[in-house]
Amino acid sequence: MSKRNIVAVLFFCLVAVFFIFAALLMHPFGEIEESSMDDYIINNAQQDTGANNGVTSVVFDYRGFDTLGEATILFTAVASVIMIFRRLKND
Amino acid sequence: MTEMSKIVKTITAITFPFVTIYGLYIIMHGHLTPGGGFQGGAVVASACAMILVAYGSKWVLDRVKEKNLSVFESLGAIGFIGIAFFGLIFGAVFFKNFLVGSNFLFGIIPASGSGLADINTGGVLPLMNLAVGLKVIAGLFAIVLVMAYATTSYKEGKK
Amino acid sequence: MIFNIPYIAVVALILIGLYAIIFKRNLIKIVIGVTLIESGVNLFLITLGYRTGSVAPIYTSKPQGANIMALPVPQALTLTSIVIGVAVLALMLSLVIFIYRHYGTLDVKKVRRLKE
Repeated sequence: MSKRNIVAVLFFCLVAVFFIFAALLMHPFGEIEESSMDDYIINNAQQDTGANNGVTSVVFDYRGFDTLGEATILFTAVASVIMIFRRLKND
Repeated sequence: MTEMSKIVKTITAITFPFVTIYGLYIIMHGHLTPGGGFQGGAVVASACAMILVAYGSKWVLDRVKEKNLSVFESLGAIGFIGIAFFGLIFGAVFFKNFLVGSNFLFGIIPASGSGLADINTGGVLPLMNLAVGLKVIAGLFAIVLVMAYATTSYKEGKK
Repeated sequence: MIFNIPYIAVVALILIGLYAIIFKRNLIKIVIGVTLIESGVNLFLITLGYRTGSVAPIYTSKPQGANIMALPVPQALTLTSIVIGVAVLALMLSLVIFIYRHYGTLDVKKVRRLKE
């Protein structure tokens, strides 16, 4: 039992107690405190976007900038993976 | 990675068109049913990975170069940003849905309340779904292809 | 106590992933631990958007009487988070392949030299 092992076990127990305490103090599952933005989206999404799917109209129309950032992340990840393996191929 | 037996190759060749059409159906009907660009793109990319596992990486790498895949991915990204810029030209707002209500391509607004709608609704959303789906297919297939190529050439070089 | 079971499942996933990162020695097992933590966080994001007795936010199947639908915004943010998890996993695995080719082993306690 080295010193590093004891510190690791103590840290893990501390994080576990903290998380379990927080999970029992959350608000009950199924009751929402504030939902005015989502009520507006549910009532007006068919007239504004013309689509029958609520989630797609949020992803591409009401919050299109987040999808733009996500497409950039996907492109950067693919470019980085190809760049790592190109150096190995030329060895 | 090496190829698998004759039975596996035959069954993969039979089921590959069905899985591809199912994935394209999920992409195309993204504005009516749950799904969309990202989910359908993942389904088609897993069908392509199934071909890579069954036929061996040598057979696939003779037919597909990774330069062509990067052209498809760039087409998807340019299409997505181009549609957003068209919203700036036609509606004075970036990302504006300029096809809703117009009778050009996808402009019918469905009746309010529950009821089925046809594919001709949705405005800009089906075009964006296609662009993002193409980008995801090309990107995920390129990752799997490059990893298979790197491990194959290592084994052949060392032996 | 029964009504908080999804939050307890989230905590269980995160703790198992944290145990795999701290106490395991194989590099692939550490990568699996990171993926487990990411799955737990996605489950937490979806759990925050549920109303009792609601249906999915698709207008084709709206019930005729009440007008209760689940919130669509947390589901849209979870989609982005899943794609980010895939990108991080692809980069981690390619770095593991790189380390294996350079050192010849996957044990964490043996890959300590900074420059060969």
